[in-house]
Order: sequence, then C-alpha cells, then structure tokens
Amino acid sequence: MNPALLGLMTVIVGVSACLGYFYFSNLLLDKVIFPPKAGDKGRNITRANMVRPWLFLFPAMFALGLYLGYPVIETLRLSLTDRSQDGAFVGLANYEKMFSEPKFWEAMSNNMLWLVIVPAGSTAFGLLAAQLTDRISWGNIAKSLIFMPMAISFVGASVIFKLVYDTRPVDQEQIGILNAVWLNFEGGFGTTIALKIIPTLLMLAFVAMVAYAVNAVIAPLRSRYTKDSSAAKILRIIAAGLGLGLIINTLISVFQLLTTTFTYGEPQTWLTIPFWNSIFLMIVLIWIQTGFAMVILSAALRGVPEETIEAAIVDGANPFEVFFMIKVPQIKTTIVVVWTTITLVVLKIFDIVYAMTNGQWETQVLANYMFDKLFRANDWGVGSASAIIIMLLVSPILVWNVYNARKEMREK
Amino acid sequence: MSNIAGTKSSLTWIVHISTALLVALWLFPTVGLLVSSFRTADQISGSGWWSSMFASSQNLVIRVADPDDFRVPQGDQFVVEGNLFDEGSESVISVWGTSSRAIDNYKAGETANLGEGETLTLQANGDYIWKGNDDQISGRAQRVFATAKSPPKFTLGNYANVLFTGNSTEGMSKAFFNTLTVTIPATIIPITIAAFAAYALAWMEFPGRALLIAVVVGLLVVPLQLALIPLLKLHLGIGIGKGYLGVWMAHTGFGLPLAIYLLRNYMIGLPRDIIENAKVDGATDFQIFTKIVLPLSFPALASFAIFQFLWTWNDLLVAKVFLIDASGQTTVMTNQIVELLGTRGGNWEILATAAFVSIAVPLAVFFSMQRFLVRGLLAGSVK
Repeated sequence: MNPALLGLMTVIVGVSACLGYFYFSNLLLDKVIFPPKAGDKGRNITRANMVRPWLFLFPAMFALGLYLGYPVIETLRLSLTDRSQDGAFVGLANYEKMFSEPKFWEAMSNNMLWLVIVPAGSTAFGLLAAQLTDRISWGNIAKSLIFMPMAISFVGASVIFKLVYDTRPVDQEQIGILNAVWLNFEGGFGTTIALKIIPTLLMLAFVAMVAYAVNAVIAPLRSRYTKDSSAAKILRIIAAGLGLGLIINTLISVFQLLTTTFTYGEPQTWLTIPFWNSIFLMIVLIWIQTGFAMVILSAALRGVPEETIEAAIVDGANPFEVFFMIKVPQIKTTIVVVWTTITLVVLKIFDIVYAMTNGQWETQVLANYMFDKLFRANDWGVGSASAIIIMLLVSPILVWNVYNARKEMREK
Repeated sequence: MSNIAGTKSSLTWIVHISTALLVALWLFPTVGLLVSSFRTADQISGSGWWSSMFASSQNLVIRVADPDDFRVPQGDQFVVEGNLFDEGSESVISVWGTSSRAIDNYKAGETANLGEGETLTLQANGDYIWKGNDDQISGRAQRVFATAKSPPKFTLGNYANVLFTGNSTEGMSKAFFNTLTVTIPATIIPITIAAFAAYALAWMEFPGRALLIAVVVGLLVVPLQLALIPLLKLHLGIGIGKGYLGVWMAHTGFGLPLAIYLLRNYMIGLPRDIIENAKVDGATDFQIFTKIVLPLSFPALASFAIFQFLWTWNDLLVAKVFLIDASGQTTVMTNQIVELLGTRGGNWEILATAAFVSIAVPLAVFFSMQRFLVRGLLAGSVK
C-alpha cells in the first residue's frame, strides 16, 4: 500500500480508536459495570468516578511506560550484559571498557565544553536580543528573524554553516564567508583589535559574570543569618569550586590567545582544527537556541514591575545600571530555567556533530559516540553504558525539575 | 528630566543599530544558502554568494568553434564566425588575449594579429571572427582568454532538478512525501492521547495524581538516546520491524510528556465555574471533555501540534533508528541531506537546494503560527 494512504488510514484509525476507546469504556463503566440503579446508586456512581480517571490515563500511561519507563531499566540492564556472550551478565565490564577508550574521554570533555559555552552564549545573546528589541518599533520583526532558526532542523543548520565554513584551495575564490573574511586579516592593527583585543574583552566579561555568580552563590555562607542546611552548604561550595575552575580555565585561554600567532593570508579548513572546530559546531547550536532564550527572557523582562525601574531612574541610575542591577536580578529564576532547558538540548546533541564532522578531528560528543557504538561497532553493551552516562548527566536537572513541580503544586 | 530625554535619544540610535547588526548576523548564514540555491554550479564555485547581487567579473578560457566543422571559405581564406557565449547570455567582455601569459592584451572590438595573416577579432558581446589560410584555420580551435562581466543571474534549475528530474539517490520528492507520512500521524496521535490524560490530571480527583504529574515532569527530560536499543529490540521482537508504524509509535511515546505537561498546565487554568456548572447539570466527564474543555484548549493544542510537527519534521535520529531500513525506500529528508553531505559534499547547488526544500515547510509553519509557538514556549518554561 502507498505509505501516504497508510498514514492517512493510521490517522483515521488511530484517532477514532482513541475516541472510541474513551467513549465506549466510559459507557461500559457507567451502564454495565457500575450502573446507577436503585439500591446502591450512590455507591456505584462513586465507584465509577474512582475508576474513570484511570480510563482517561491508561493509554498515555501505557505509552509512557513502554516508550520511556521500560527503556531506562532495559538500557541499564543491557549496559551490564554482553551481547556477544548471549547477554551474559558481565558486571561493570562495559563501563571499564568504555573508560579505557580515549574517544570516550574526548567525547566527555567536549560535552563539558558544550555544556558551558552553548547555554552561556545562547542566554547572553538571548538576553541582549530581548533587551534590544523590547522598546523599538520594529522589535517584533527583529524578534521573528532571530527566532527563525528554531524552525530549521539541526541538519539544515549544519548545511547552512558548512557553507559558511567552506574552504577552497589557496588559488581559488573563497566561497565560505568565514574564509573570505579571514583572508582580509593581515596581522596589522585592525587584526589585533578584531582577533585579540575584542575576544579578550569578551572572555574577561565572561570571567566577571562567573565571578558575580560565584559571589552570589557563596554569599549566604558568609551571612550569619543563613537558613541553609549543611547539604545545601556543601552544594554551594561545590558550585563555587566549579565556578572558580571555570574562571581559571578561561584566564588560561586568554593568555594562550594573546601569545599565539595566527597564520594569516591562508584559507583555513575550519572544521579540522582541533578545539576550534568544536567551537564552530557550538556556534551552530547557539545560533539556533538564541531565539528560544530571547522569547522567554523578553516575556520575563516585560514582567518586571515598572515602578522598580522608574525608582532607579529617579535615583540617577544609567541604562546599564537599570539593566544589570534592576532587571536582571528580578528575572534570575527565568534565566535559570532557560539555562537548564538549553543544557538539556546540549546533553543530547547529536545531529549537528553527526552531519558536520561525524566526530572526526576531536569533535566527538557523547550522543554521537553512543550512536557509533550502537550502529557502527554494534556494541550494545558499551553503547548502553554511554546512554546511561547521558542519563546520569541529565538526572540532576530531572531531580530539580520534579522538586520544583512538587513545590509549586503544594503551594496551590 | 531634559537630560534623561537627551541621553535616551542618543541611546535609541545605538539600540537601533545594534539590533540591525544582530538581526543581520543571524540572517546572514540562511540567506547565503538561499541565494546559493538559485545559482548554477559554476556561479557558486566561481564567486562567493555575497557577490552574486552585483555584476561579477570572471576570467574565462573558451575555445572558438571547431574549424573542421565550422570553417567557411571566403576568397582564398577560411573564416570561422560565432559567439563565445551561450545564447541569452548577457556577459560583456572588457579585455581579452590569446595566450595565458597575456590575457589582457586586447580590448573588446580589437583585432589580434596571430602572425602570417591569421587574425582574430572579438566584440564585447562575444562575437568573433577568426580568419586565416587553410593551414591556420584547421586542427585545434583557437583559445581565447577573456575577462567578462556578467550581470547577476539566478536560476530555478536547481529546484527543478532536485524536485522533479533528480534520480532516487538525489531526488527529494520521495523523501518529502516520506517525511510528510511520518509527521502527520506522529503529530495527531499523541495529541489525542495526551488530551485525555491531561484532562484527568487537571480536573479529576484521584489518589496518586500529584505523583503522576511529578513522573510526567521527570520523563520530560529523559534523553531519548536511552530508548533506542530497547525499543528497536522490542519492535523487531513483536514483528513491527523498521517502518512507519514503529516511527509513529516512537514519536508518540517521546512526545507525550511535553504534550501532557503543556495541556495540563493550560487546562488547569480554565475557569472552574464552567466545569462545575456542567457537572451539576448532569454532564458526564466525557461530555465535559469533548464539549467544553477540548474547544477551550485550542491554543494549547495548537502550540503542542506545532512543536511536535517541527520536531518530527526535523528529526534525524528517531527516523534513522526506527524507520530507515537497508533498502533506503523510506528515507526522510534530513537523512537524505546527510547522505548528500557525504557523497556530494562539494556540490553546493544540490545541497543548498535540498536543504531549502526541507526547511521551507517548517519555516512556513513557523511564520504563520508563530503566535501559538511563543505561547507554548512560555507555558512550557516560565514558572
């Protein structure tokens, strides 16, 4: 049968089966199993109403259990068995094998880099775009255009950026915009500003941002009136430590940037330069996710009470002070939500790496490593083990989200 | 307050300019691919797409027509006449030469003396006259090195090629319909299932409701990477194998948490009075759901439908694992493009066009339904 026809029939059958299931199961419940007849009328209505929610929930629970619940357990089991030995239990052998592979550690360290740069970049650009477009007449059009990459597939975006990063031999005209721009740099004064001073300032701004966040995190520790439990204190110290590590790493990169000399005047094959190629892949995701961050943050910025801004202006605050000291602190929780949402996307990133470099030239990430193991090497044990690693990385966010959702429901 | 008004107007200019820069930066990559999809292969490799808007200057090496076939006797001499360019070309020659060492020896309209009476005259529009004796006008045709300016020129040929005439390994039409076949059921079915569940979680009282909501929130972030192997094993085990049914079910399962979460959040905000009045009037839950809650929830349904549509349309991983088998008959557009990247990595005219065929539908949906998309994002994220 023609697949399109099959699709149409599935829609009709699927939807009518759903509606039919709900309709007839309700009918069955009310008319046959617990009919509201004389005698135990009230009891039967109550009983029917106790069962009914489960009728409504059953298909969804079944699908969720089968397609998301069961796989978590099954993957865990597979990661502890060996397929080539007929699924014999091998303990942590798969994990040991995985940890001994340099490619895995490359994927891990790249993923960590992605985890820092992409959410930071997207949120920063999103905040900038939200603030810029907020008060101007054509702001909505500008927003639409920045938001547009959200509709483009990761694969489509990869093609778009492959053209940007394209390289031709030295004697030919460059058709990738990045190389065309690169060839204009000759090592003179303008080059120093564009390639050394501006990036250095950006990185120092990032350091300042992290330092600010670290300070905010450890502030309650210095206060004598803190209500934190000791577990929260430890978490704060760990977070501050991570932040400090980030600051030191960034400062080292600044130093490296200032001391390296680039080879000017030659077209570069951007996607084969280790470390930088990962950055070029991240730019693709930042390009896509900035629109998302912008939409959410712009709504939050509009929710900032006007009085607080007016009060600050009356007190003589300049626009930058208004933004950083009045607006940003008030939308802190939204920034955290945006950050974590993008973090989730980053942890699962697969398509961009698969389409652009397929993990060559030291650009491997966990999801692509896993795909390699599952479908190229056919090693289900190690593949499942790396899936579990992704799950472990996601789980702090999972716990945090569930905790927040429960808190919110109790408040209602 | 006058000084504040003053700083504001100067700042407004900076805001306008920086916004314009940011938008340009964000649009630039996409525009590049779009423009490239309207250029021929030679144009793409000849110059960057940004110069396609202006007349481009090219160095051409062309041979005149083959003397053995085209020469005409004229007195005691032989002549070959013709035009260097294809018919309809609007290229204009500025300078030219007959040797690679001196490609700008002559201006358009001048006559080059090739020695012993052999001459070549070239006009700006490409018309040439090549004259000489029997010996000279024979063998291999004379080469011409011309510097020509061509006006910007775009073609729809790439689209015709990719959509209609392309063979199965490069054609997108089949993949387009396959993608559509995956997407539509994979969007509608989860909505139907999720709507009932969301209603139960929002408006029905039963023990364990809070726990179930927490479970849904938890499942929202479970990476689908975990599900690949167990479900593929399951599908192969129960006989579905790789195919449309499997991919519809997988998309349904993966889309449900977000669907339930979004719809429940929306439904719980519906006015309690309406629903309680209906209950008092004797409406059953099924009636309340289909007659009141479902129509009122249209914005949330539309939001999720757009999300799920974009996600299934743009998906590569799920299709690769659950749908595409060795025969390649059920390939989807994202997979087709990845394969083109591998096999035709340098053929930008095919790649750019194929990519734009796959991007066009989501972009149309995006621009026409942006309102719902934004609403859905806000409902899903802002707490």
